[in-house]
Amino acid sequence: MKLTRESVQRVATLARLRLTSDEESELTGQLDRILAYMDKLNGLDTANVELFNHDIDNLSALREDKVANQPNADALLANAPERDETFFKVPKIIE
Amino acid sequence: MNLAALTVHDASEKLRRREISSVELTDAVFQRIAATDDKVHAYLTLARDSAMEQAKQADLRLSNDAQPSPLLGVPLAIKDNFLTRGVRTTCASKILGDFMPPYDATSITKLRDAGAVIVGKTNLDEFAMGSSAENSAFFPTHNPWNLERIPGGSSGGSAAAVAADQCIAALGTDTGGSIRQPAACCGVVGLKPTYGRVSRYGIVAFASSMDQVGPIAKDVRDAALLLESIAGKDPADSTSANHSVAKFSDSLNGDVKGLRLGVPKEYFVSGMQPEVEQAVRAAIRQLENNGAKIEEISLPHTEYAVAVYYIVATAEASSNLARYDGMRFGHRADAKDLTETYMISRDEGFGAEVKRRIMLGTYVLSAGYYDAYYLKAQRVRTLIKKDFDAAFKHCDAIVTPTAPTTAFKIGEKIADPLQMYLSDIYTISINLAGLPALSLPCGFDGEGMPIGLQIIGKHFDEATVLRTAYAYEQATQWHLKRPSL
Repeated sequence: MKLTRESVQRVATLARLRLTSDEESELTGQLDRILAYMDKLNGLDTANVELFNHDIDNLSALREDKVANQPNADALLANAPERDETFFKVPKIIE
Repeated sequence: MNLAALTVHDASEKLRRREISSVELTDAVFQRIAATDDKVHAYLTLARDSAMEQAKQADLRLSNDAQPSPLLGVPLAIKDNFLTRGVRTTCASKILGDFMPPYDATSITKLRDAGAVIVGKTNLDEFAMGSSAENSAFFPTHNPWNLERIPGGSSGGSAAAVAADQCIAALGTDTGGSIRQPAACCGVVGLKPTYGRVSRYGIVAFASSMDQVGPIAKDVRDAALLLESIAGKDPADSTSANHSVAKFSDSLNGDVKGLRLGVPKEYFVSGMQPEVEQAVRAAIRQLENNGAKIEEISLPHTEYAVAVYYIVATAEASSNLARYDGMRFGHRADAKDLTETYMISRDEGFGAEVKRRIMLGTYVLSAGYYDAYYLKAQRVRTLIKKDFDAAFKHCDAIVTPTAPTTAFKIGEKIADPLQMYLSDIYTISINLAGLPALSLPCGFDGEGMPIGLQIIGKHFDEATVLRTAYAYEQATQWHLKRPSL
């Protein structure tokens, strides 16, 4: 076992995921088996291999600085869980 | 005659000759859905009213337009991870709920401009994560050839809808095989274009360095016609490529004489269903009889592909899915403070497989593990791409099975994520390398389940992939078989 329950809890906090105790123990076992499978990569010497890169020859993705999509506040806010006129309303951040 | 069973090219011809109207055709498709979707469950959302309106508009255009697009008036199904203005987009996740997109994906805009009719949105594994369509938060889709079996995934709803004649053709997305493996499972044609060939703007991001949009269709010509309509540079997607888009349907001449086809020895391994190997070997002999030159090749890093893929894909997914925080759209839980709102909204909104992948991706990107997993995988990904570069120095296309087995039973692999991941062994290397690949039917197993043949091409050489597939299709009858429902 490489992966501990504590590290699963730490990763869940980083990922902003609440996990039940059952989920935690199930994930610990599953992730441990998956990570053990991934360890097969360690058998390969990659010291002189460069990082992957798609060879897409876009010399420049720059364009003229002109408004191309006029923002439509109502359409953008239509899916908001809570709104206040033209603002997204979110839970209190500062006590 | 059942109009819903038509191909795109046949329907288009009948529409142009005014033998049928788009309204009749669209109505036939909805009748077929009404008669069969309580068994198949391919659709999450039907857009009947807007579809009938689009059909009426198409009929008007058909009488005025001298050079109509082959998609004008043709009813298509769309995987529910494309943003469709005015039609709910769920990604088969509870976290998106009844999300109503304020804009269309570029590929959808192109379909609308061509005059296609959008029938509805099809089921998928939540956020396109899965190989069986069982990870949908709503319900599993059933394989039209055998309702106890999976349709493949993640574009399982699109593939099942095409196989069941619940649309004329469909769009899917493919990050690790999500177009090709369900196409193989459902006995239809699925094409994943070269990375950069089709704009990703407006598809819900899963793994941005591999996601690609492509067609699922009843035959190879239809796949070519759909690709022509959606491909091309898009200013809204900086990874879309500046390559000129050929008229792919023109390259379908049935001729493979002198074409050099590579067969990778690493793709014929123990654990594959014997009937799959037999069917694929027979398909290769068929292409040889048609004049192709067959050569055994080696892709030596094949065995590392699943490990690399599930590091890179989950890393990208964990980052892409950070946006589902319950603030601007989607599900928001009632909680005491901001952090808890994030954590509970995401717990309630995401399903088990999505959580597993977010956890795995967060782990491989976290301090202390980033070099050992993420950077290591990015280096091995280079080796996998170089394997293909070397192979393509002496062959024009590569022929393999699409999946190691035919469609398995619903529930069979759901408890064992690693086993599920291994059903992608023949498709994921192609996404890692960014290549185009197509799956088409090449036979059936003893249980009557379809088998898929995969044809892989060089970057931006969809023309050779389609030409090879078309030559095989013309020499066989598999694509004409349909399930009885």
